[in-house]
Amino acid sequence: MSNEIVVNVCMGTGGIAAGGSQVMEAFISELEAAGVENATVKEKCRLHKVGCRGFCARDVLVDITINGNVSTYQYIQADMVPKLVKEHVVGGKPVSDWLVGEDYHTFHDNQTKIVLADLGKIDPESIDEYLAVDGYKAAQKVLDTMSPADVIQTIKDSGLRGRGGGGFPTGVKWSFCAANDSDQYYIICNADEGDPGAFMDRSIIEGNPHAVIEGMIIGAYAIGASVGYIYIRAEYPLAVDRLNMALKQAKEKGYLGENLFGSGFNLQIKVKLGAGAFVCGEETALIASIEGERGMPRAKPPFPANKGLWGKPTIINNVETFANIPQILNKGADWFASIGSEKSKGTKVIALTGKIRNTGLIEIPMGMPLKDIIFNVGGGIEGDKLFKAVQTGGPSGGCIPQQHIDLPVDYEGLASVGSMMGSGGMVVLDETDCMVNISKFFLEFTQAESCGKCVPCRLGTKRLLEILTRIVDGEGREGDIELLQELAEDVRDSSLCGLGMSAPNPVLSTIKYFRHEYEAHIKQKKCPSKVCNKLLTFFIREDMCIGCGMCARACSVKAISGQVKQPHKIDNSVCIKCGACFDACKFSAVLKE
Amino acid sequence: MEKQMMETLEGIYQKCEANGDNLITVLQEVQHEFGYIQEEVVNWFSERTNIPASKYYGVITFYSQFHQNPRGKNIVTVCCGTVCHVKGAPRIIAKVREDLKLKEDQDTTRDMLFTMERVNCVGACSIAPVVLVNDKVLGKVSPASMVKSLKEYKE
Repeated sequence: MSNEIVVNVCMGTGGIAAGGSQVMEAFISELEAAGVENATVKEKCRLHKVGCRGFCARDVLVDITINGNVSTYQYIQADMVPKLVKEHVVGGKPVSDWLVGEDYHTFHDNQTKIVLADLGKIDPESIDEYLAVDGYKAAQKVLDTMSPADVIQTIKDSGLRGRGGGGFPTGVKWSFCAANDSDQYYIICNADEGDPGAFMDRSIIEGNPHAVIEGMIIGAYAIGASVGYIYIRAEYPLAVDRLNMALKQAKEKGYLGENLFGSGFNLQIKVKLGAGAFVCGEETALIASIEGERGMPRAKPPFPANKGLWGKPTIINNVETFANIPQILNKGADWFASIGSEKSKGTKVIALTGKIRNTGLIEIPMGMPLKDIIFNVGGGIEGDKLFKAVQTGGPSGGCIPQQHIDLPVDYEGLASVGSMMGSGGMVVLDETDCMVNISKFFLEFTQAESCGKCVPCRLGTKRLLEILTRIVDGEGREGDIELLQELAEDVRDSSLCGLGMSAPNPVLSTIKYFRHEYEAHIKQKKCPSKVCNKLLTFFIREDMCIGCGMCARACSVKAISGQVKQPHKIDNSVCIKCGACFDACKFSAVLKE
Repeated sequence: MEKQMMETLEGIYQKCEANGDNLITVLQEVQHEFGYIQEEVVNWFSERTNIPASKYYGVITFYSQFHQNPRGKNIVTVCCGTVCHVKGAPRIIAKVREDLKLKEDQDTTRDMLFTMERVNCVGACSIAPVVLVNDKVLGKVSPASMVKSLKEYKE
């Protein structure tokens, strides 16, 4: 190994979108052409595609390792590859200008990686690479030496809780399921990651699909399931491809199918593609969808652990939950329980996005203060803007303001301020974001995704959205805030499933912490963050306008007039406040107030 | 219905029947084949499987992935995730609609060249705002850059 040259190219969805495939192709052709120490590079150099390594904002990331020395490059494009090959791979000297800086290391050094440990290091399309990092060892150990009860006890002892949102203890759930007397049990992996702003599950499957499969094998053995399903969004084509590839490889090695690891235990896993319904992330709706029905939830109990798919005891766990399982069995429950906070053990993978410098996929020990996530790992707010809030848990979560920035991020911590862990999306908002608009954005989402089965959710979200819409349109009325609060509490308390119960969270939390913004919209008819167009007045600064006429051409109602090369004017009696002129002006001469 | 089409449908039916697939998978196969789900196809399957057409329509209308109308040659999908929203997705939608001359209740251009759609999140938040043109992912787009990008598909 020591004399080997290894080139790793990030080929997650983020990497590919940033040009990863072209970089990969460039490496292939350049390496073909070059030669090192009288040998073709192809013989000496291993070129790898790897999954997401977290720091998506710097894609395409490339690692070049020579004799064990790793150099990481950022923002690599295909046209930069010839120089990398010539100077570094062949010449042995790193191209210092393109290397990552100090912040790349602070980004990684502040994290604790369990689930993401091998992401970005191994080729997700090769089972041998997973085996080289002790892959399938846990499954083999479990099947060879442990009883199902031992496995459940280990998971219970580890304190692992469901990573999909609810945070229910995984071991306890498994024991409920195993306690049923049934001729058939099912295990389901929920990869229907529908929260906007979340890409943890997608990245895990794209970067290390075998870890999820191994977790499922262990879970299936613990509850006695011989059939498993992975329910995944069709919007994730790369993840689906890699999953199918991994399942095929595992089957060929005898880790799936019949007589796994020679133990006599059978398990087959099928992939089910979602058809685009957010509510199918809810357990009972997901089951209905696998059965081929409309994905509508039903009342619980009975819980799926007792009566699930086709009426049989069923365990549904999230992708990240399964990815933790092999590690717990390899390293022990005590090791896992030593990480994290008192009630939330282990780590959490978070998609850190929004107005933040280091956008990407991170993994932190449970209980890390919010402040450390945003300012150490995340590198602080993008540009010179001020932090306003962080939105956690997607449409089911809430907005956490500056005053709670010291909050420990775990299940209890987030719930205590009216938000929730959810699946782990974290969107950072700055001073230019309007909280009323954000609240309306989430309500638009939940209202559209409400399945319509229960009245509080179907009608309640619609009415909430109507009130929010009139507020941002400048038609808010006295008493609207109280009305929103009352209605939101009713929807929360009386809806059938998690979607309706949590849909009001964005409204309630923004009213709680940003009531003054609602009041400004309703009473002064102003949007303090200058986002809600209908509450703004557009005008042109004469000293900045060069009279190019771009704004006048963009205006669909001909509200802008002026001679060429002369400052233009907006007629506010005609203006419909669409903001097209603001976008069209290249000289920042159009202002809004 | 043409003979060739009936043969295609029979093929889908046989394949799904053999795999024990459910109704959603059947419809996914149909849409993959024809691009959208026509009324006559639903009626054909309804008769073949002895499942009422209403059951098919219940599923078709529930899931956003299924389409009942033909779609354009190029699909422009604007991501409407949280990050894309705060980074300007609404302005991009407005510009794309204006550029493609789409009327209020219309998502497909009259010449059938483009269909504009929204998606909840493609999970590429680090390069927001994101637009997909067919399978190509465009990151960090602006209203102006979108007009430019769409130009090459118009020829």
